[in-house]
Amino acid sequence: MRTENHDALVVGGGLVGAAIAYGLQRQGLRTLLLDEGDVAFRASRGNFGLVWVQSKGLGAPHYQRWTRGSAEEWPALAAELREKTGIGTGLHQPGGVHICLSDEEFEKRGAAMARLRREAGNFGMEYRMIRGAEAREMLPGLGPKVAGVSWTPYDGHASPLSLLRALHTGFTGLGGRYQPNARVERGTAAANDFAVEAEGVLHRAPRIVLAAGLGNAELAPRFGLSAPVRPERGQILVTERTRQVLPMPTTTIRQTEEGSLMLGDSKEDAGFDLGQNPEVMKQIARRAVLSFPWIAELNLVRAWSALRVMAPDGLPIYDQSERFPGAFTANCHSGVTLAGTHANRLAPMIAAGALEPEMAPFTARRFDVRHAA
Amino acid sequence: MFATRPEFRPATVEVLVDGQPLSVPEGASAAAALLLAGLAASRETPVSGAPRLPYCMMGVCFDCLAEIDGVANRQACMVTVRPGMRIAPQCGARLAGTAA
Repeated sequence: MRTENHDALVVGGGLVGAAIAYGLQRQGLRTLLLDEGDVAFRASRGNFGLVWVQSKGLGAPHYQRWTRGSAEEWPALAAELREKTGIGTGLHQPGGVHICLSDEEFEKRGAAMARLRREAGNFGMEYRMIRGAEAREMLPGLGPKVAGVSWTPYDGHASPLSLLRALHTGFTGLGGRYQPNARVERGTAAANDFAVEAEGVLHRAPRIVLAAGLGNAELAPRFGLSAPVRPERGQILVTERTRQVLPMPTTTIRQTEEGSLMLGDSKEDAGFDLGQNPEVMKQIARRAVLSFPWIAELNLVRAWSALRVMAPDGLPIYDQSERFPGAFTANCHSGVTLAGTHANRLAPMIAAGALEPEMAPFTARRFDVRHAA
Repeated sequence: MFATRPEFRPATVEVLVDGQPLSVPEGASAAAALLLAGLAASRETPVSGAPRLPYCMMGVCFDCLAEIDGVANRQACMVTVRPGMRIAPQCGARLAGTAA
């Protein structure tokens, strides 16, 4: 079999893999990006598109900081991708809100936001709990059932598909090699010496990054790593395009740059079933119409489901293998939000051969019984 | 499969296309009326403003979007004409409800 040598292999051509591959190639590493193909679950193609900070990392300040850091990296990444590829990612970061439909929801949200600020410590976290009347001035057409909203200045949104395309175009433009239809089944691992087979070619490199989404669960143990991720289904409804009416995204409703409204944020354990369920679609629509009654006048033109990549505690997993140094995993359900840190902070760590100490809490060893005890 | 209809259907239903009266056969679609009216374009796309006319005539392509009897973004090929129907070009994105 023919052998090709690279500086780094990245397994997984979705948002996580593409952002890391882009970052590695930009660091000067000759990188090969292996992408499974259209049979893959492709969470990146079903993403809602929030660049979201509030509600992330309750009880996990390291995740709160990582997410905030990514929102901070985003403008530079978006500008760089636009300059290098001519592709806009539709990034807007006007701040965002979470809509509470009852006083009880509002109180609970307020308590969670207060806890997030306490956990942020000196890092700080700006937010406001805004009651219905004032919120209705902020957001045109907010419904009478809305008790209030939580607001932070950090939130925003972007187009997941444009981001994915920009990362791929940026990566290959820098000289990176993209190999589609390359499901990685076999591989060999030794410290700083990895080989995987794809399309009849053996690819070798001193570094390998596993960013195969749900595929990581099976792949990671072969490289001395662990990635106990499971699918969590989310469904999305999309309306016809309207003129820009929403000044900022919410946790469950956003208006795209082109004018469509996206409604979402359902969470179901449905295994690997990519189907849709009228009951859940109804709940999504109902919540949207309670939030903004005028949404009821709009036609729905598309709907889909996708599978989030979830660790048991809902937080990302980043690791380097102890047994086979040079092997890394990256797992998360926020490929859009975390693109900024993946390209600009994580990739340089991988290139340097070690994750920074701030990444230690993200290790999958947190799930070991002995470690937890 | 695609033979022309044998019977001649007289244009008996009067509709308004972009404000101009036009007679079309009973059972015709609003998209057919738009084509018959001979407009250069019956809509402008919401993102780039490109001019469009009805295309697939079977509910798939959304290029026939029109404002019909005051309701924006209707697929004109899926709507059968009625006497007095007002069919107007859809220029850009619709305005969403009370947010206006």
